[in-house]
Amino acid sequence: MVEGIPSIWRKIPNRYRLEGNVCETCETAYFPPRVVCPKCRRKGKLVKKRFSGNGKIYSFTKVYTPPTGLELDAPYHLAIIELSEGPKILGQIVESDDKKVKIGAQVKMVFRKMKEDGNAGLIHYGYKFKVID
Amino acid sequence: MIGIVSYGAYIPKYRIKTEKIAEVWGEDSDRITKGLGIIEKSVPNVDEDASTLAVEAARIALKRADIDPQEIDAIFVGSESHPYAVKPTSTIVAEAIGATPHMTAADLEFACKAGTAGIQICLGLVKSGMARYGVAIGSDTSQGRPGDALEYSASAGAGAYIIGQKNLVAEINGTYSFTTDTPDFWRRPGQDYPSHGGRFTGEPAYFKHVGSAARGMMERMNTSIEDYDYFVFHQPNAKFPLRLAKKMGIPKEKVTPGLLTPYIGNTYSGAIMVALSNVLDQAKPGARILVSSFGSGAGSDAFDITVTDRIEEVRNRGTKVKEFIDNKEYLSYGKYVKHRRKLKM
Repeated sequence: MVEGIPSIWRKIPNRYRLEGNVCETCETAYFPPRVVCPKCRRKGKLVKKRFSGNGKIYSFTKVYTPPTGLELDAPYHLAIIELSEGPKILGQIVESDDKKVKIGAQVKMVFRKMKEDGNAGLIHYGYKFKVID
Repeated sequence: MIGIVSYGAYIPKYRIKTEKIAEVWGEDSDRITKGLGIIEKSVPNVDEDASTLAVEAARIALKRADIDPQEIDAIFVGSESHPYAVKPTSTIVAEAIGATPHMTAADLEFACKAGTAGIQICLGLVKSGMARYGVAIGSDTSQGRPGDALEYSASAGAGAYIIGQKNLVAEINGTYSFTTDTPDFWRRPGQDYPSHGGRFTGEPAYFKHVGSAARGMMERMNTSIEDYDYFVFHQPNAKFPLRLAKKMGIPKEKVTPGLLTPYIGNTYSGAIMVALSNVLDQAKPGARILVSSFGSGAGSDAFDITVTDRIEEVRNRGTKVKEFIDNKEYLSYGKYVKHRRKLKM
């Protein structure tokens, strides 16, 4: 399915530079950014925050049957990354062999093509992760 | 004072050896390796393109600089493999490094010298006070037609330079360009691969322009070969820059620190930018560098550069060129075809 242009565009700050937000009241960090802090509700004060891109693998799987647009990437590791600032996010792991991809492994963010809408459509750029040697 | 505030380079992890390509086309691999001086070349991953390479290089440059990305008022990305025919690469880079929206950006194209053209534009903007900092990037994931001589050299890499007036790692003492209309290499719209003039790319194109720009720079600065510690020449292969050095009477050891083609191939717009980064990774404060780029079509931009004391303070903050060169994984020709999307699916 081709994602709509406004939706892709809206995610640019999140995908390109890992921009989420943090609640100044309870100091909880969110990615993607929240509209309301679910812990503090009305007392919460959310401000933009750019995450470092450093984190560790919380859990992972290996994808052999990819969705449309990722045929050339397969097989690839898909992981839940726990960012050093707290939030957990889903991301692809690149250029890291099976031996290195394990729970707890340190990763850093890299900037890659996430997906392409065929040869004539948009290129979706954003974060992926790489295991630090 | 005006010059380089910071720099960063990026080379993809994958390589293919010259012998693997020669094997497919039934060529004599020893003759080609020796003739071009290329042992292996870099290959981008399937999810990398000129934009992603440019972003990685720019991020390393920012790591080595003590500036707020919001102070960057201009970004220029030079490439002959911009991912979109229409839609700028520079806006993608600007957004990814957090420099938007109060700034200007544009993409440049001048074969292999679009990156140094960006440095000159940034110098002008910064010197005139129109920009506090300007970022010039050369980035390419270049392609050669399967079986063509270019297939042994066309590779991928990027270099980014932050130009400004404060906290310089290297001062740019002067710049000089030499430009003519010389049809040595071209690619028409809609064509996947470039065409070139074979031997014509040598004497009337590369040697005439790179040599004239280097000599012209020295004339204007009133300097001679002895005044420089390093010479960085554009490097479509390893043979051309060494032959030029020999012709000009430059000792080989002043050229080899900035000669990376044997290990990564020709990264096109990235070539001179990555090569200069490798020199900055190792040069001592006070070292003087003469750079002469080359873009087919044709033109050369020369720069006279003096490294400052600050280099030693910042160079270790980012990944060095040597680390990228050493961190590699080899591909078979089949995998290379997949990575470069030479296979129509």
